[in-house]
Amino acid sequence: MGRQLLINDLDKEGIATLAGYKANGGYAALEKALKMKPEEVVSEVQKSGLRGRGGAGFPTGMKWSFIAKPPGVPRYLVCNADESEPGTFKDRYLMQRKPHILIEGMIISSFALGANTSYIYIRGEMMYQFHILEKAIQEAYDAGYLGKNILGTGYDLDLYVHCGAGAYICGEETGLIESLEGKRGNPRIKPPFPAVKGVWQCPTVVNNVETLAAVVPIINMTGDEYAKIGIGKSTGTKLISASGHINKPGVYEIELGVPVEEFIYSDVYCGGIKNGKKMKAVVAGGSSVPILPTELILKTAKGEPRLMSYESLNDGGFISGTMLGSGGFIVMDEDTSVVKNLWNFTRFYHHESCGQCSPCREGTGWMEKILHKFLDGHATVKDIDLLWDIQSKIDSRTICPLGEAAAWPVASTIRHFRSEFEEYINKGEGFKDVKHYFRVNNLQPA
Amino acid sequence: MAEIKPIKFSDDALALSHKIMKRYPEGKQKSAILPVLHLAQAEFGGWLSAPVMDYVASLLSIQPVEVYEVASFYSMYNLKPVGKCVIEVCRTGPCWLMGAEDLVKFIEKKLNIKEGQTTADGMFTLKTVECLASCGTAPMMQIGEAYHENLTFEKCSGILDEYKAKGENVSHWRKERITNHSDIKQ
Amino acid sequence: MPKVTIDGQTIEVPEGTSILNAARLIGGEIVPPAMCYYTKLETSGGYCRTCMVKVVKGSEKDPRPMPKLVASCRQPVMDGMEVQNITSPEVVEARAGVVEFLLMNHPLDCPICDQAGECNLQDLGFEHGKEGTRYEFGRREFEKKDIGDKIQLHMTRCILCYRCVKVADQLCPSRVHGVMNRGDVSEISTYIEKAIDSEMSGNMIDVCPVGALTDKTFRFKSRVWFTKPVEAHRNCTKCSGNVRLWFKGEDVLRVTGRKDQWGEVKEFICNECRYDKKSVSDWVIEQPTHVDRHSVISQNHYENLKQIKLDVKKLKK
Repeated sequence: MGRQLLINDLDKEGIATLAGYKANGGYAALEKALKMKPEEVVSEVQKSGLRGRGGAGFPTGMKWSFIAKPPGVPRYLVCNADESEPGTFKDRYLMQRKPHILIEGMIISSFALGANTSYIYIRGEMMYQFHILEKAIQEAYDAGYLGKNILGTGYDLDLYVHCGAGAYICGEETGLIESLEGKRGNPRIKPPFPAVKGVWQCPTVVNNVETLAAVVPIINMTGDEYAKIGIGKSTGTKLISASGHINKPGVYEIELGVPVEEFIYSDVYCGGIKNGKKMKAVVAGGSSVPILPTELILKTAKGEPRLMSYESLNDGGFISGTMLGSGGFIVMDEDTSVVKNLWNFTRFYHHESCGQCSPCREGTGWMEKILHKFLDGHATVKDIDLLWDIQSKIDSRTICPLGEAAAWPVASTIRHFRSEFEEYINKGEGFKDVKHYFRVNNLQPA
Repeated sequence: MAEIKPIKFSDDALALSHKIMKRYPEGKQKSAILPVLHLAQAEFGGWLSAPVMDYVASLLSIQPVEVYEVASFYSMYNLKPVGKCVIEVCRTGPCWLMGAEDLVKFIEKKLNIKEGQTTADGMFTLKTVECLASCGTAPMMQIGEAYHENLTFEKCSGILDEYKAKGENVSHWRKERITNHSDIKQ
Repeated sequence: MPKVTIDGQTIEVPEGTSILNAARLIGGEIVPPAMCYYTKLETSGGYCRTCMVKVVKGSEKDPRPMPKLVASCRQPVMDGMEVQNITSPEVVEARAGVVEFLLMNHPLDCPICDQAGECNLQDLGFEHGKEGTRYEFGRREFEKKDIGDKIQLHMTRCILCYRCVKVADQLCPSRVHGVMNRGDVSEISTYIEKAIDSEMSGNMIDVCPVGALTDKTFRFKSRVWFTKPVEAHRNCTKCSGNVRLWFKGEDVLRVTGRKDQWGEVKEFICNECRYDKKSVSDWVIEQPTHVDRHSVISQNHYENLKQIKLDVKKLKK
């Protein structure tokens, strides 16, 4: 196993408390950062090559450098803890076990951005973690890490937790901002971007939990050292949420660049496929990214081993590649029906579409209905082409990336598993009784 | 005739909602709507009636329609009465791969209700929800703030029996969960 | 002032002008259709996606093309920007897709819809849509609702343009209706039965691009193409009093705001002018309305008549 920077010390006693966190080197980065100039902190993050861990992979330092600084206008840092991408559960894991790394990262980042009030937007469902963060923030206030004149440096920061109430779309940064303002989570039309006009029309940076937590080791070890970890432009470590038909589901911290094959089959990570089955497909970065069949997830189209990195997973574009996304790694075994899986994902996007813009509002529901036709055995070959056409008319035509997120799984499943759609058509209604394709998991204890 | 209780938060819930409002800049108290609606849902029987939403609107000094719009957008708010205990089974992606569909059928059979319905004794309401970020421990369900993970039929059955034996109201929100220094704002 | 080129035609426009408004200044066929944008309503636009265009050159400074089609109603022009609208097959195809999406759940009850003949969705379908739909499932259904005694809401026809919500936000002292639920079950509603009554609420009818909000005082009185529009005014303390009267024979069947060639009212009018002043004696009539855009009522009888008179005069000479 490679280096771990975020979840290396989860087994240490009391790591969830301030005392335990401090005893293991916590808040040293904060003390170091507050002695630096804000621009120097930004520059360290730029040097580190850290990329947004929420899914888009946008360079964090660059995002920070875009923030507008009109005089007399407050700036805000908002942590995106609205982790709702199917297959992703790393942020919940980290916040629950080591809340102070997020808080420390947020104080440093707020200082770098010149924000005096910051928010953690957490999912409403995660009330348990909400409570853990509230307690941790209280501890940080008591220790003088939050509030007025932090550690005697004259820097003031208030940090609050804000909760959502059940809407995937609030993970989109402008939807999140609307929601934080107490409105429906309808994403905004850009421009203006949040860095210029964000929450309450003030300059705002929205970063993922893991991104902000990663700022702590970056300050501790310097940006240059952090940049040495990983491969190429995929620097540092990444939390991967592994789920599906594997022996050891869970959250793993990897050095970017680990071969996908090693990640799936090594006992250090996923430990291979459950019940000795063969692997059929992998969704490598949360439900939104293209699904890949075994041969393309293990090796690129050029035949090179595929690595867990932004570039390698994207090798071949969407024709033969996918994306690292949020690191939600879903593995499917040979018995899985990818068509039914696609129906499940599409149903999800249909349910979560905010309904603002027409292609997504109408198109997601339409695709779900057509996919249901396949499951019912009533589909025809025309329906495959129709699905393809609908997804192409949603992709890139919407206000926010939910359109793409809904379109990509459809496009990739058709691209790589067209024959399975045809199988559903050929076998007609009788097909739905085939147990093989409609997985019945044995939930009885062994 | 039964006495109609006026809709009003208990003193500590009222104090708490004012405390939450202070977390946002002056004049931006509308931002408190989501937490305050959670609080209202916990205070008034697990769901939001129109009069409750009107009350929240008056607390936040906004128009009632702004509360209706928000409450109907987010899936955690129940706009119809629910049982004491709402079972929320994750049905998305990895949970589905690991058998969520069967789990729902099992619960439906056990409680003799369909998804979206409430048991005759008013104890349980069964809902299916989207990904709860617990994919590594699938299948799972949420009851109140608790996640019940790595479920088997037997485990699920036992958990439901326990809730039934207790017979208590279970809600996502508990007042004591807000503990930080939100009232020290300058 | 930035210069922008749209489908090969260049125009100089004030800083901050949207691509759509620049195109409207050029005029003609290159103007993208707009179903949700409304000049007089702030923050409107961006939802329907019918006005999407392709930016092939971002600006003189940064000539990179924009990676996705953009909503022309919300994208400000930059100096040197080059835009393709009807000259881009991608745009034309995408727009046809949007039309299909918008019509997918639309009941197509034009034969019994009061808006027929002056409906932006009809025009859009006619001008930019394709024959037939590939949607084969049931359509969304909603009950008809009265919102106030003068406005009826047919949610089935609504395309969720948000214009009426913005009217309530920006013209009325309070708002009692809004968008409830989310996704494809979103609906315009008051949630609990409430009447919308404020001085300017009737403008919701005028801004509605489809027949979702109709004037109950005009409902089923006449097809719009059997009525004759006339510009008129009166002294009104609540609004400008500049309106359009719709005659059938001697009777004023309907009063609306005066719409321009883009289907947007020039001035909002008050409910008194709209609902309560329906006799000719209430109004000073100015002239017949020039109708130049909409399909079935753009016969311009009066202009033709004028022309004939002129021709006759010439002949007499």
